[in-house]
Amino acid sequence: MEIKNIKSRYLTQRVAIVILAVSALLVIIPVIGIIIYMIANGYSSLNWEFLTASPAQAGKAGGILPAILGTVYLMLGTILFALPVGIMAGVYLSEYTRANWLTRLINMAIINLAGVPSIVFGLFGLAVFVLGLNLGMSLLAASLTLAAQALAMTITTSREAIIAVPKEYREGSLAIGVSKWQTIRHIVLPQASPGILTGAILAMSRAAGETAPIIVVGAAFLVGGLPVSPFDRFMALPYHLYTVSAHIPGMPGEIKWGVALVLIAMVLFFNMLAGIVRIKARKR
Amino acid sequence: MNQVSMVTVNNKNNANVQPEGEARLRMENVNLYYGEFHAVKDISLDISSSSITAIIGPSGCGKSSLLRLFNRMNDLIPSARIEGLVEFDGVDIYQPGIDVVELRKRVGMVFQKPNPFPMSIYDNVCFGPRRHGIRNKRALDDIVEKSLIQAALWDEVKDKLDQSGLSISGGQQQRLCIARVLAVEPEVILMDEPCSALDPIATLKIEDLMRTLSASYTIVIVTHNMQQAARVSDMTAFLMVGDDRAGMLVEYGQTSEIFTNPKNKKTEDYITGRFG
Ligand SMILES: Nc1ncnc2c1ncn2[C@@H]1O[C@H](COP(=O)(O)OP(=O)(O)OP(=O)(O)O)[C@@H](O)[C@H]1O
Ligand SMILES: [Mg+2]
Repeated sequence: MEIKNIKSRYLTQRVAIVILAVSALLVIIPVIGIIIYMIANGYSSLNWEFLTASPAQAGKAGGILPAILGTVYLMLGTILFALPVGIMAGVYLSEYTRANWLTRLINMAIINLAGVPSIVFGLFGLAVFVLGLNLGMSLLAASLTLAAQALAMTITTSREAIIAVPKEYREGSLAIGVSKWQTIRHIVLPQASPGILTGAILAMSRAAGETAPIIVVGAAFLVGGLPVSPFDRFMALPYHLYTVSAHIPGMPGEIKWGVALVLIAMVLFFNMLAGIVRIKARKR
Repeated sequence: MNQVSMVTVNNKNNANVQPEGEARLRMENVNLYYGEFHAVKDISLDISSSSITAIIGPSGCGKSSLLRLFNRMNDLIPSARIEGLVEFDGVDIYQPGIDVVELRKRVGMVFQKPNPFPMSIYDNVCFGPRRHGIRNKRALDDIVEKSLIQAALWDEVKDKLDQSGLSISGGQQQRLCIARVLAVEPEVILMDEPCSALDPIATLKIEDLMRTLSASYTIVIVTHNMQQAARVSDMTAFLMVGDDRAGMLVEYGQTSEIFTNPKNKKTEDYITGRFG
């Protein structure tokens, strides 16, 4: 009787483990499925011309270079604004404030900032950067808009990386008459930089995929020539993908999937870069 | 209860048994609180220049707290609050307008756990001088060599100055930390259990080093190791918690006196290992 009981318990346990394993596998199936499907369908459109020429016939022919460049510029522009502000805010919040109602308010603002839908950032960018600062529909306005959205991430990761720097290093520095600011500048920030960079790279790859906000502040479907000035209108991969998929009748499937493939490749490249930075830092 | 107040009275008397020479560091009726918790209670003592003073006592009696009062390291703890007078060369270091950075340059500190920075041995030693504005390569080279020689580490690391400060042994790391302090030319060196993470041989090396340094520096060392206090120090302060769990000075005097002829029964019990 007792022995039988134990057997049934083993059985229950085994069933439970199988169910858990299947659920875990379910997570990776869509990811792998999407990638395989994309490669299978988009692979044929990838060639030198596709990557280096401008679009022709409303995107049905030619290439997507302006969109690739536009997305690269957007990523750089985003990080150019979001990283310095993120680091400075992170330093201030972790080193120069103590827990009080103001910091709690700031924390709440950051959490909520991360939850604001991206289209709302687009409207904010339109009101503040495009119209308010009179930057027009432009790369600059779009970069600032995406930077505003990325701030929640760069501030949070900077602050966490800074807090993680061991107290012993700070004390060692302060105890030989090095000022607090110099300690931050020469001990804390170098130690925190891998963490800060990881956050920045992830924020960048997120910015690369944003579609809704950039439509509102300056992305265009077709722009003559490549962007040369920050005040130019621009093309970007996600918006290009949206238009060729939804608005151009008779678009060959491999072009849509080709664009998607290039976008995903860029995002994955940056995510991998973030991973490498993190592993390198952990080894040190 | 009565006992405790006796001890306090005793301690005031003992505070009059001061070391020879002028007082470099001085405490007068100092209290330290962490929030509501009274950690250091009514302590008065003078520390004279070019000597080694040991602070001994059971764990949690406030030795580290007391030591950190001398270079205002307790400022880093938001809940810490201090009452009373702490003087360095006759200057009240807690008065408004004191330059804490300058104070810590003159009163350096070595910690219990060796904490070299994650950078080269050379950069570790140079860290302070560089921040204080020395840029000249020759001058920095000289400082590195001089400080490492003083810290009795030069011979062991002179061929690998560009290696990470974390790559050397624990005892070497601790001497590197001492060299890092010496490089900014302090006048006082505070050491909080500098040998507790080290083996006996590394410990003896650091003790030798302390004896050598005591000719030109004022050294205050916290230690759990009674033999160490007896071996290296000129003066010894014995701390203990009272019934209210606040740390107080039970006895302070010449090390030879404290260890051979303690005036207080509790000191005698502690150094003979009867409790603590
Ligand atoms: N940051 C802090 N906040 C609150 N209480 C503290 C803090 N630091 C120390 N204390 C308390 O103050 C008392 C004295 O601590 P302290 O570290 O000075 O003792 P110690 O004699 O150095 O002990 P040990 O020999 O274990 O190092 C202890 O009861 C400790 O719990
Ligand atoms: Mg201690």
